[in-house]
Amino acid sequence: MMKFDEIQLRLLSEVADLHSVPEGAYNIRSNGESAGRVSTANIEITPKEEGNGLDIHIKPGTKNESVHIPVVMTKSGLKELVYNDFYIGEGADVVIVAGCGIDNCGPDDSEHDGIHRFFVGKNASVKYVEKHYGSGNGKGKRILNPGTEIYMEEGSYAEMEMVQIKGVDDTDRKTTATLKANAKLIVRERLMTHGDQRAISLYDITIDGDGASADVVSRSVARDNSYQRFDAKIVGNTACHGHTECDSIIMDNGRILAVPGLEANNVDAELFHEAAIGKIAGEQLIKLMTLGLTEAEAEEQIINGFLK
Amino acid sequence: MLELKNISFSVEADGQDKEIIRDVSLTIPDNKFVVVTGPNGGGKSTLARLIAGIEKPVSGSILLNGEDITDKSITERAKLGLGYAFQQPVRFKGITVLDLIRIAAGKRLTPGDACEYLSSVGLCARDYIDREVDASLSGGELKRIEIATVLAKGSTLSVFDEPEAGIDLWSFQNLIEVFEGMRENISNSSILIISHQERILNIADEIVVLRNGQLVKHGSKDEVLPELIGTSEAIKECRNGVVVRSGGEA
Ligand SMILES: Nc1ncnc2c1ncn2[C@@H]1O[C@H](COP(=O)(O)OP(=O)(O)O)[C@@H](O)[C@H]1O
Ligand SMILES: [Mg+2]
Repeated sequence: MMKFDEIQLRLLSEVADLHSVPEGAYNIRSNGESAGRVSTANIEITPKEEGNGLDIHIKPGTKNESVHIPVVMTKSGLKELVYNDFYIGEGADVVIVAGCGIDNCGPDDSEHDGIHRFFVGKNASVKYVEKHYGSGNGKGKRILNPGTEIYMEEGSYAEMEMVQIKGVDDTDRKTTATLKANAKLIVRERLMTHGDQRAISLYDITIDGDGASADVVSRSVARDNSYQRFDAKIVGNTACHGHTECDSIIMDNGRILAVPGLEANNVDAELFHEAAIGKIAGEQLIKLMTLGLTEAEAEEQIINGFLK
Repeated sequence: MLELKNISFSVEADGQDKEIIRDVSLTIPDNKFVVVTGPNGGGKSTLARLIAGIEKPVSGSILLNGEDITDKSITERAKLGLGYAFQQPVRFKGITVLDLIRIAAGKRLTPGDACEYLSSVGLCARDYIDREVDASLSGGELKRIEIATVLAKGSTLSVFDEPEAGIDLWSFQNLIEVFEGMRENISNSSILIISHQERILNIADEIVVLRNGQLVKHGSKDEVLPELIGTSEAIKECRNGVVVRSGGEA
């Protein structure tokens, strides 16, 4: 495996909690190249012929295995578009850890656009964790545009945790999903923007099977002059259950637009949307101050808890 | 020791000044248990918020152990040794009971140490330590956690605003023992409890009656309690000289 410098190691630990070579299958992409790849008996990682991504095949029935596919970028001005396809076999139960860390100390924009497609087999279960992180004080922006497409077969389960807490200047995120009967999708998004950052997160979820459900919850904080847009659409075509929620804190001159979108095309579709945007409650700050915290410390505790 | 000297407080409502606390002077000596009672809307919680620094008096001064804290912030007062359990505790999304108790203690308590505070307010610690202090807690649970945070903070003057509210399933005796234990553990500390409960009034060293923002009675339990029992609606004007006369006749 390639040797990593300190910045790369720091990025790897931020986005994938990796401090050494991960267990199980993995591919580490560093500055546009594979810096190490391992398949296992049940999980096969192969590069696409065009060289712009990976095919990851998980055998039916694979249990308790994990795949790590972190990406780190430390060269200023690098732009890449990567397609990764995950084929999760029937009845498999796996954890996939992705994530992208960009350190940009240079003058040019660095951009990673990753399109992830998940084909979740019948009764298969997948937990997907994706963290985004940016650092470096160069003029060049750190840009991440993730696309996530989820195709869920009957009785499958997918839990997606997507976190972007720091340092990414610009994000356009698009997540689409289609669900067959009894499939269950859970999305937990955590987002914090600061400075002049801009983050857009669009969801387009179509429920096509009876008994299927989708639950999308976004918690976010917009501080300084940052801007966020949360646009969540669920279409229910069957007897199904859909819920979207946007729970946000704004600070300073932060701005947030939450756009609900519910479309019920079946009398037994039950769809809900909740959105709440506001500043930190004064009583919360006061309570922590009566315990001895300064206002700034209280704010930090409240935000950290909220985004945990 | 806490001294309130001629404290007045008013708010603007409908373009008019509304007096909520009128020229209250009160001393809470060390090693005492003082209970403030009086009708709803009498200004008890406002007095507590003035002591904690959440509200600032229009006039008068507040001294803690001889130091003038009238212009000190909430944080500074907390650091100087003031504790305050809210009448209506606050909920936090994502902050756990353990987080909150650690913040209160000002150090990284082990879960075991944190659990002791929960046990002492009658909560089975194991079930609560990792719970979030959010809408999933009942009012009574939240109230006990609020008390636990003030216990964990440890203050020389602790104010508890109607601590018994919502704690119906838990015997008052335990609550009272918790307060007594707390006062004994911190030398020269005192406790101010806002309460209507006879059983809490019964353990007071001193009782203060606040009505219409005025201190209408202050004396030892033996002096004050007999008059209050059953007749709390008909508290007579103060007869003895303990109370500083109101200057804010409206
Ligand atoms: N910030 C405020 N603005 C307007 N009115 C207030 C404010 N704080 C308290 N009050 C009023 O002051 C009175 C005393 O309230 P409070 O201190 O809560 O009484 P108690 O705790 O004795 O029931 C009430 O009439 C209440 O409505
Ligand atoms: Mg009150």
